[in-house]
Amino acid sequence: MNPLLTLKSVTMEFGGLRAIGDLDFHIAPQEMVGLIGPNGAGKTTVFNIITGVYKPTRGDIQFQGHPLQGKKPNRITALGIARTFQNIRLFSSLSVFDNVRTAMNGRLRHGIIHSFTRGAAFQAEEARIRDEVFSLLDIFGLKDDADRQASGLPYGDQRRLEIVRALATGPSLLLLDEPAAGMNPTEKVRLMELIHFVHEKFRIAVLLVEHDMRVVMGVCQRIVVLDYGQKIAEGTPDAIQRDPKVIEAYLGEEATHA
Amino acid sequence: MKPNIAHIALAAGLVASFVLNAIAPQLDDYAVNILVLAGINIILAVSLNLVNGHTGQFSLGHAGFMAAGAYTSSIITLSLSPVLSASPVWQGHVAFFGALLVGGLFAALCGFLVGVPSLRLRGDYLAIVTLGFGEIIRVVIQNTEALGGARGLEGIPPYTNLLWTFGIATVAIYVVASLVNSTYGRGFIAVRDDEIAAEAMGINTTKYKVTAFVIGAFFAGLAGGLYAHFISYIAPEGFNFLKSVDVVVMVILGGMGSTPGVAAAAVLLTLLNELLRDFEQYRMIVFALLLIVLMIIRPQGLLGNFQRRKRKPAQP
Repeated sequence: MNPLLTLKSVTMEFGGLRAIGDLDFHIAPQEMVGLIGPNGAGKTTVFNIITGVYKPTRGDIQFQGHPLQGKKPNRITALGIARTFQNIRLFSSLSVFDNVRTAMNGRLRHGIIHSFTRGAAFQAEEARIRDEVFSLLDIFGLKDDADRQASGLPYGDQRRLEIVRALATGPSLLLLDEPAAGMNPTEKVRLMELIHFVHEKFRIAVLLVEHDMRVVMGVCQRIVVLDYGQKIAEGTPDAIQRDPKVIEAYLGEEATHA
Repeated sequence: MKPNIAHIALAAGLVASFVLNAIAPQLDDYAVNILVLAGINIILAVSLNLVNGHTGQFSLGHAGFMAAGAYTSSIITLSLSPVLSASPVWQGHVAFFGALLVGGLFAALCGFLVGVPSLRLRGDYLAIVTLGFGEIIRVVIQNTEALGGARGLEGIPPYTNLLWTFGIATVAIYVVASLVNSTYGRGFIAVRDDEIAAEAMGINTTKYKVTAFVIGAFFAGLAGGLYAHFISYIAPEGFNFLKSVDVVVMVILGGMGSTPGVAAAAVLLTLLNELLRDFEQYRMIVFALLLIVLMIIRPQGLLGNFQRRKRKPAQP
């Protein structure tokens, strides 16, 4: 099967600092891949390169046959890559409902003129969006909170809403940036169930950046390990757990902290 | 197609403008004057609110766009006046409407030209660029003999009445309110709340910011045209930085992002301005005190619900 996303010798340099060096990896359609590594390994940088926040210094990124490097983030989202953020970035003054419907903007058939004329076609599209948003909110148990302001939701619900909002863009690849950050063990178990659920229900690929080993091991089919911007290992969760290079990268990190 | 509430509100506003205009002869001249000024201020405040309130960009150049519209429309009606003074009144008003539109479109063009390069800037930087633009317009007019220079333009035919003023105010409110209350228009608020997240959700943030800027400038241009054809005399000094600040005050006082709030604040400040006419030199002190008190007891503005909060770091 053709891969969904391919990174070929991607390098990212900030001035003299090489954050990512010659990184190669791919994600197959509907695959669940984990991206792990010690602090500062370059995981979030990889995310920002894929989503167009950073332009890589060198290298090639292909998504469903489209080159991604140099494209603006909103164009990349339109191609089918959606993301969540490490530190939650909801539209805090908008309602839960509006947060999700705003994410459908890229797929609107009607533009600015239609919001002035408010004709039948506009009303029909707004009604269709409303139904779509409510069915999404319903799936994730947020329907009753539809009119609440997003910033008023409990932390776990805000994380969930971020995932719903990302799904509303209609992606075929979902990037989750440390979704378990700040969660307690019970919430983490629920998050793992949620990720499994999203993967099965929406039949999309997921790239998960995560610190918490139990979450990564419990969710991903394949894991890519980064250290100092280099890929040091890649394989199934079992193989990764036994890989001496991975153990060294993690224990080495702890030893220097001790 | 069944009529919807937005269309009904628009029609009601236009009918009310007609009625108001019809009963104007019964009203005291002074009252009519204040009403016209209030209407013009509503247009200015509601249109700036789209930029500063809903989209969260801080523009300080509204007076510049107002000047662009005022001068463009006045030049047109002044050059047509020898023909129009001999023809029936309604023809004059048709010409006036055309001149207003051209003025608004010219202001919108200025908004586009200023907006495209400068809207990549954020916050304070954008404020400074727009402030600079407003001053450039003013100084250019001041030094252009064809536009009357510092003396200004006089004898502009007084076409502005309550129908034009409140008709256009109604349209401005309709455009901004119906824009923001649509899936497309929620994107403006998304840009304000979190630009990085908005971009990641597929929103072309630059396009949204430029759109807000152009629509805001268009209505500022119309307001300028109305003002010129109401006072009959315009001079560059009338469109200085303080005029922009006046409009910003209306937006902040009314509540950033609340259309009813800023419209109410526009009326309130127009009245206040009249009440303080005898204390002209202390007017700004009263405005400043009003703002300070409001920011302490109600930082979100009279009718606003958008809480200013600590800016998130720019890093995603």
